[in-house]
Amino acid sequence: MRNFLVGLFPALMLALPAQAADVSTFSLENGMDIVVIEDHRAPVVVHMVWYRVGSADEPAGSSGIAHYLEHLMFKATDELEAGEFSDTIARNGGSDNAFTSYDYTGYFQRIAADRLELVMRMEASRMDGLALVEEDIATERDVVIEERNLRTENDAGALFNEQMRAALYLNHRYGVPIIGWKHEADSLTLEDAEAFYEAHYGPNNAILVVAGDVDPQEVLSLAQTYYGTIPANPVIVPRERTQEPPQLAERRLRYADPRIGNDYVVRSYLAPERDAGAQEKAAALTILAELLGGSPTNSVFARKLQFETQKAVYTGAWYSGQSLDDTSFGMAIVPVEGVSLDDAEAALDQAVAEFLEEGVDSEELARIKMQIRASEIYALDSASSIANRYGAALTSGLTVKDVQAWPAILDAVTEENILAAAAEVFDKRKSVTGHVRQSEEVSQ
Amino acid sequence: MIRAFLALSLTVLLAAPLRAEGVPIQEVTSPGGIDAWLVEERSIPFTALEILIKGGQALDPADKRGATNLMMGLLEEGAGELDAQAFSAARDGLAASFTFDSSRDAISITARFLSENRDEALALLREALINPRFDQFALDRVREQVLSGLRSDVLDPNEMASRTLSTLGYDDSHPYAHKTEGNLESVGALTREDIVTAHRNALVKDRIYVGVAGDINAEELGVLLDDLLGDLPTSTVPLPEQTAFAAPGGVTVVDFDTPQSVALFGHSGIPRDDPDFFAAFVANQIFGGGGRQSRLSDEVREKRGLTYSVGSYIVNREYADLVIGQLASANDRIAEAIDVVKEEWARIAETGVTAEELEEAKTYMTGSYPLRFDGNGRIAGILVVMQGQGLGVEYINERNDKVNAVTLEDIERVAKRIYRPEDLRFVVVGKPQGVEAVN
Repeated sequence: MRNFLVGLFPALMLALPAQAADVSTFSLENGMDIVVIEDHRAPVVVHMVWYRVGSADEPAGSSGIAHYLEHLMFKATDELEAGEFSDTIARNGGSDNAFTSYDYTGYFQRIAADRLELVMRMEASRMDGLALVEEDIATERDVVIEERNLRTENDAGALFNEQMRAALYLNHRYGVPIIGWKHEADSLTLEDAEAFYEAHYGPNNAILVVAGDVDPQEVLSLAQTYYGTIPANPVIVPRERTQEPPQLAERRLRYADPRIGNDYVVRSYLAPERDAGAQEKAAALTILAELLGGSPTNSVFARKLQFETQKAVYTGAWYSGQSLDDTSFGMAIVPVEGVSLDDAEAALDQAVAEFLEEGVDSEELARIKMQIRASEIYALDSASSIANRYGAALTSGLTVKDVQAWPAILDAVTEENILAAAAEVFDKRKSVTGHVRQSEEVSQ
Repeated sequence: MIRAFLALSLTVLLAAPLRAEGVPIQEVTSPGGIDAWLVEERSIPFTALEILIKGGQALDPADKRGATNLMMGLLEEGAGELDAQAFSAARDGLAASFTFDSSRDAISITARFLSENRDEALALLREALINPRFDQFALDRVREQVLSGLRSDVLDPNEMASRTLSTLGYDDSHPYAHKTEGNLESVGALTREDIVTAHRNALVKDRIYVGVAGDINAEELGVLLDDLLGDLPTSTVPLPEQTAFAAPGGVTVVDFDTPQSVALFGHSGIPRDDPDFFAAFVANQIFGGGGRQSRLSDEVREKRGLTYSVGSYIVNREYADLVIGQLASANDRIAEAIDVVKEEWARIAETGVTAEELEEAKTYMTGSYPLRFDGNGRIAGILVVMQGQGLGVEYINERNDKVNAVTLEDIERVAKRIYRPEDLRFVVVGKPQGVEAVN
């Protein structure tokens, strides 16, 4: 569970100007945005197209359609046969894949830098030329069901996370799983996929991110040739989703599954996200999560619950501000044997209360900021991870400027900011608490 | 432990990845006699260091299983003058990262540190390696974490499949027959003395491999190696004996109430230094190693929609060689998926591959070869794997030639050796319908 915190700090440019990644940005006339990140250490390029559409943009009743369509994008287009895209990439020594989240859908290839044009030509062909046929879609729906089995149905913790999110969001589509509820994902049709594709795909809803051994002007020129000739999709409109009403009632869930190895308590609070030009509160929450649960030895939870009272075998806290709409702040405790979940929850709440009373350990805050600064250097080792930061940010309502300002905003966070953000977010009326057990019978 | 299988098969794939004339590897020997491979990369002010020491969890005596795993988890829990919290604060204050890990066959230390405070970071890492405290409080605390992981493993279908296949495949006297992270009982009984012994046995100078990439030159690295590792002792405990996976063909079902059955299957494989190894490597790329482009994926996933992911792997462990495959399908579909795997296993053994398949595999394998060498951390890891497999730096110039030299006849010959449907042992965990078990 320590993995929760990996990648919490989107580590980017700035702070050390000499070490900033080399980033260029352009826009095509049809509305497609372009970000180019140069890294000439190896003759490799990562080519990505991110669409500003994710599972939270699905119509009611068709959960899973964004992800299912992502799978179907590897089938036939006007110019390519089913499977030909990936086969061609492989024949050229490359690899490709795609991903779907709540706010975005992305397609990427990693290949020798001199094959960029080939990749762009094929990616452009499925931007407006997907040509689905019934026979392709039925087996692929079975594949998606097996993917859901693998990721969720076979994993009791993942099943419960779905229930947590559904309870946290009263009215927002973030409460619906990306892969879809099983009964809806089971019955998605060709028409559903086509309608979603036509409503959301097109250059004016896409961001091209190219990272690696490339010249930005050459990337622009290729992009004009292949993407610039695709007309903007006229039906695409800015995203407007159902939003959360005031949350007035604390929610509590109990779940039992014989496949749970260790009982635990998990809590999620509705929390504000990073907004364009207004990332300060999200920065404070990012550092709050690190202070509470970042270090397995020196975080507030580790010190109080694992070292002092020794009630926990594991504690954690997490927050990701990168989200188009309201996000969440989470925390969890796995008690040692002999401590009940009620006691564990009380201990977790007490640790938070004490933290708010005692304030921020200035030495730990300094260490966290040192790590943030260093992560800007370490991040330069992977152009593709920098590409991911830009793609995710730009599809989540942020701008290139916001991405580049983020490290300095994190660095400027003060104790007062952190305590104020904590006081605002830690409101149980806006929370869900889960008790997860192996057995219905409560021990102790 | 499927993850372990995958990691091992990846090490085979990673043995390839260097660009012949691109990034130069320097072979460095420290004044004190410690060897390392270095790729000097000065454009970013940090260094990635990867250390592998053969031995690992397999060194634990039968009644102390899990000692090495727990010991490695304790290296960051206090050293020299510093207790766990002081050690962690010092490391975080330097923004260095140290990862201590162990597997059946080796322990590994992965470190990343800034140029601006390299000496302090390495002094701290040295304390962790040479002078760990193993405080009783830390031992008890980390033991509880290990036990909680083991309690989850017991209910994880992938873990269950892996454990069952290991028990079926190896003689009980060999560590490979056992879960070398230990079990609830063995880990629960470990004492501080056991941990000290595991440390003495596992961290030894004469089984060490070092890969470094980043902002450091050969001379600086030589000094660093002696400071960091020079005080390690030499080994006194022998490595395990070679063994072989010897389960007879058939199907074992492990009953577990979960919607999707997990199948793990395999039989003995081909040694890394066999003259036909490269033919086997290419054959498996076509058969099940090539992601969505492989035969298994085409037949089981693309044509029939029976799984999200299926693959086969040539695995060269330190003391045994295997061909392994895995997939997962809903309980009412796993029987069909298994039948398709068996048919494909027999088909490639009987008829080999086509000229077109061979050509496509070669272009993929040789074309992807230079692409993996992009990042200090990845490079350091690759350098260590190559050394651990006994390859020389010249391998990077020869590897694509070896792939290109494989012929249809080579594959036909080797396919009969490495795909033997009658020997194939399946372990299926779940509530599979229509699967006949021999158990």
